[in-house]
Amino acid sequence: MRLVVKDLFRRHPGASAPVLDGLSFELDGGTLVAMLGPSGSGKTTFLRCLIGLEPFERGEIAAGDVVLRGTEVAPPPERRAAIAKIRARIGLVFQSFELFPHLTAVENCTLAPVRVMGVPRAEAEERAVALLTRLGLAERLRAHPDRLSGGQRQRVAIARALAMEPKILLYDEPTSALDPSMKQEVLQTLHRVDATGVTQVVVTHDLSVARGSEHVWVLGHGKLVEEGKPEEVLSSPKHEATRKLLADWR
Amino acid sequence: MLQTLLLAALAAAPGDAAAAGRVLRWGCDSQGGAPFVFQDPMDPNHLVGFEVDLANALAARMGATAVPVQGQWDRLLELLARGDFDVALNGIELAEEKKRVALLTAPYFAAPEVLTVRRGDASAPRTLADLRGRKVGTLPGSLASRILERAGAEVRTYDGGQNEIYQDLRLGRTDAVLLDDPIAHYYGDLEEALERVPGDFGEVRYVMAVRPSDEALRARLDGAIASLAKDGTLRDLYRRWGIWNDATARLLGVDPAGGGGSTIATEHERWRAAVGKLPPLWERVRDRYPRTLPLFARAAGMTLALSVLSMVLAVAVGVMVAAGRRYGPAPVRVLAAGYVEFFRGTPLLIQLTMVYFGLPELGVRLDPFVAGCIALGLNYGAAEAENYRAGLESVPAGQSEASAVLGLSRWQALRFVIGPQAARISLPPMTNDFIALLKDSSLVSLVTLTELTKTYVNLGNAMRDHLGLGLMVALWYLAIGLPFAFLSRRLEKRLGGHLRRAEA
Repeated sequence: MRLVVKDLFRRHPGASAPVLDGLSFELDGGTLVAMLGPSGSGKTTFLRCLIGLEPFERGEIAAGDVVLRGTEVAPPPERRAAIAKIRARIGLVFQSFELFPHLTAVENCTLAPVRVMGVPRAEAEERAVALLTRLGLAERLRAHPDRLSGGQRQRVAIARALAMEPKILLYDEPTSALDPSMKQEVLQTLHRVDATGVTQVVVTHDLSVARGSEHVWVLGHGKLVEEGKPEEVLSSPKHEATRKLLADWR
Repeated sequence: MLQTLLLAALAAAPGDAAAAGRVLRWGCDSQGGAPFVFQDPMDPNHLVGFEVDLANALAARMGATAVPVQGQWDRLLELLARGDFDVALNGIELAEEKKRVALLTAPYFAAPEVLTVRRGDASAPRTLADLRGRKVGTLPGSLASRILERAGAEVRTYDGGQNEIYQDLRLGRTDAVLLDDPIAHYYGDLEEALERVPGDFGEVRYVMAVRPSDEALRARLDGAIASLAKDGTLRDLYRRWGIWNDATARLLGVDPAGGGGSTIATEHERWRAAVGKLPPLWERVRDRYPRTLPLFARAAGMTLALSVLSMVLAVAVGVMVAAGRRYGPAPVRVLAAGYVEFFRGTPLLIQLTMVYFGLPELGVRLDPFVAGCIALGLNYGAAEAENYRAGLESVPAGQSEASAVLGLSRWQALRFVIGPQAARISLPPMTNDFIALLKDSSLVSLVTLTELTKTYVNLGNAMRDHLGLGLMVALWYLAIGLPFAFLSRRLEKRLGGHLRRAEA
């Protein structure tokens, strides 16, 4: 599925500077993209605007044939309808996972398919078990989130999103809530999902995640300042903001 | 306000012709105690008293069956206006202002007011003039209380029962008691430490009251009283209860010494024997309390049914109000907040009074049980709403966002994600609320329901036993409340295991 973002503009209520200031890019299906940028550059805000958790004033997002336009041009019913369609195609893995603590791993993965898509319970469960098994959680299917390690919780969160069969899966800082020693595990998971053909957009502060991606975007002050293959962008950055970001990380 | 309510209720009351049938429903309060209408201390499952005998005799003469209906004594005329019974018959004193709201029959009994003081108390008041500034106990709304007010006494009125009034005098909390002769005879005279003061302190006359539209019923009651007076039935009845006196003989126009029947006050003797000197606790536990079990069991059933149904209503109201307050559009939020503030901020007693005595003004006449459930349910609904709101607010916003991103509707998120997590937070205060409701349900005795507390007060008064019966009723309350507390703790534990926040 093609994702086209055009001139996105967002200013938080009461803030002087916009957090997204004409963000534009295009994405063709089937890749693993890392979105980099210093704190406050608008990465997380972009994800939240894209999935409809936060409004944006101007610009538009086209996900396949669905177009979500800013609040200044689109009436609320049009936005609501577009957001519902986008959520049926795009999933999000939260930074703090936001698993449902009263449900088991499998139940976390079947609630939405059963209630939203109307998948029969047995079928939904079968698919959830398959997804969790593929992500290495075959032993933890009936565990509640409080009985899982951080990495396991993240994988349940990923499985929960994948259970809705999204075309695009977004991640908000997937390594930040985990022990540094688990970066490899996260990368491994991302590649496992990549193999299924789902497009992944990973907002990250983590250089190793950026290196493991297929494409890199760098945001600065609410705009896309640089993009390209990770080996190019990370070894010979062209934009001042990228250079500064890499210097800070090293 | 009560006066307004009363008059309004009267205007709205339909002309009830039930008494024309075979049943005469007569309103009384067994809390008032001996010798009027009270539970037999030796077998509290039976209602006895000279007015019980009187009601039966009147009904028999009218070709009907007398059925007593319990109602709070100082509300009898309001309950009558509502149509809860056909005639109020329970030591209702003849007074001009009562004629404005009800039709009164001819008096059926007259008695002097009796001043009782501590025996040998040199400083005790002995005349009406002495009463100025002295602490004197009596019943609220009675002729005695008006006499005391006119005399400038510091009037202490008691809502509990007549026994307490004399106990307080004995214990020195008051200086004297002024009450009708039958009450003094049955309670004051039993205390060796107390004595009557000779003298004229006024005379009280008891009448029956019917609704203003029931002129025919009043005429039949008047006819029955006259007929019972004429053939000596009333004299024999009053003698049996030991309350026959010259004032009543004059009132009924009969010879005070006449009549061929027995002059022995058998019922009064029975009363003295039963409660004159209270047996030790263990003897009461062995001989008397077992017979209170059916009464307490029935009352506990009432308390339990009322509390459970009220709680079900409160939970339903609470869920709706809490959801409206948190998720509704602005007007709904304002309404929900207004609901909570109104029902939380005003006394339950007032709400119950409005539902039971006020709604008839709008044409809504509720059954006492329904009225009790509604008042308790609406009141506790406000507490539940706040409780659930706190529960909902304790669930992190991320849970709603995660639900939304997965495509769950607001309602689905509430039902499958937010609600179950909020329930855990809300469960312990909910148990507290239920136990509180269980206790507050005692207020429904106002609307003629006899539950645990009312049963205790009635029995305490009839058996002159407050401590032992108090322990009994406490056990009954605990027997009802503790299982719920236990269940709630178990449920909480079961929910708890899976509801610790899954933070990394």
